[in-house]
Amino acid sequence: MSDKHMSTQFDAELAGISGRVLEMGGLVESQVSRAVKALTDFNGEMADDVLAQEDRVNQLEVEIDRDLSAIIARRQPTARDLRLLIAVSKTIANLERVGDEAARIARTVQRLINTGVSTRLRLPVADLGFEAELAIAQLRKALDAFARLDTARALEVLKQDDQIDQEFDGLMRKLITYMMEDPRTISSSIDLVFVAKAIERVGDHGKNLAEAIIYVVKGTDVRHSSLADVENVVR
Amino acid sequence: MDTKVDTAAGEKIKIQVKDLNFYYGKFHALKHINLEIPERKVTAFIGPSGCGKSTLLRTFNRMFELYPEQRAEGQILVDGQDVLTTKTDVSLIRAKIGMVFQKPTPFPMSIYDNIAFGVRLFETLPRVEMDERVEWALKKAALWNEVKDKLQQSGSSLSGGQQQRLCIARGIAIKLEVLLLDEPCSALDPISTGKIEELIHELKADYTVMIVTHNMQQAARCSDYTAYMYLGDLVEFGPTSELFMKPKKKDTEDYITGRFG
Repeated sequence: MSDKHMSTQFDAELAGISGRVLEMGGLVESQVSRAVKALTDFNGEMADDVLAQEDRVNQLEVEIDRDLSAIIARRQPTARDLRLLIAVSKTIANLERVGDEAARIARTVQRLINTGVSTRLRLPVADLGFEAELAIAQLRKALDAFARLDTARALEVLKQDDQIDQEFDGLMRKLITYMMEDPRTISSSIDLVFVAKAIERVGDHGKNLAEAIIYVVKGTDVRHSSLADVENVVR
Repeated sequence: MDTKVDTAAGEKIKIQVKDLNFYYGKFHALKHINLEIPERKVTAFIGPSGCGKSTLLRTFNRMFELYPEQRAEGQILVDGQDVLTTKTDVSLIRAKIGMVFQKPTPFPMSIYDNIAFGVRLFETLPRVEMDERVEWALKKAALWNEVKDKLQQSGSSLSGGQQQRLCIARGIAIKLEVLLLDEPCSALDPISTGKIEELIHELKADYTVMIVTHNMQQAARCSDYTAYMYLGDLVEFGPTSELFMKPKKKDTEDYITGRFG
């Protein structure tokens, strides 16, 4: 928001809260990429690190929520300011869930390692890596759009969500083939199905962020709308 | 400018303002105002000082006529009748369209007579009926329980919030239809303000209420429609929930979010 409030303190409070949303976003983004790296490298220590970061993410969520309530109580925001705060509230809930998905992947890595699954099984973890790259790019783009309240970029996120879904479908087919060819891979393949689903959800959370950004700027709730309708709103 | 509100289906328009211009001598204070006020709803007027909101309110019952330098052009149709040109006596217009001011204005007489005084100007009622009318008006203004045991005490012995409700009761007693409130809570504490706002909410079942307020949150809390004015122009008029959540004009947004000036 380029134009300033008469109260510079209010501006500072809003900037502070947006800054911390981005901090939380950066944190969960790195959680996801490290969780996926832990999987592709079969690296248990990295998985432990991912889980250790959960506390910080949760703490940020609680802090931002507390500040949100304080701003609403003290400033009684309206219009765009109110929409921003509502969007922040939804965004941090989504980011916290991204952190949960990262933790889910990290725990899967720990379980695979503990049950003695190794790279020798030649599971298609590289394909999961590719799906994860797409999802992380989406999340990063959504956070970037949030930082600048850039609806054009938010719209790109919505348009690209399909790619992750297609990648997920492809992965399912591949894992089914693995399981049919070698029943010993069934247990770990099912684990990977859940990982693929977790990654796909990260993409969905990015999409939710993008929708919240359009709501802040345009004042229109574009959830459950067709892409064509959203394009009309953004234009 | 033409600002028509999309009122919900079935809402009746009580007052139509058509191309209203207002002048304080040579100063053009209201510029081509077009507005439709729905019946039995609360309409709030907000805007920075000097935007013309109080001036507009004062045209509805020709309060401005007390000052020779002031004149209004255009039409203000109340139930289809133009209050600016009608030959109807101005006191009859004000009996139908009453006003409550920023500072409470109780008459220097008893609580009972504050109410009865206005009624006596228009009707001659037997004592029992007058008692009933006073009680009815005080009940409508949510003041009865606080004053029923001291009706003969002076009106100015009441607290500011009670005095303001007494003034509202005085208007109600002569069976008005439109209530104009000019900053009715600016001299009141939060509790008294809360009571007045609660009262405004109850009054709209029977009356068309218009309120001028500097307190935007008050407009947001107690009105159905809000008009934002600036430098004599009506900038935006619409349902309150929309105006405070997603205003159509950037000027409105800048004002309500505190980005003004």
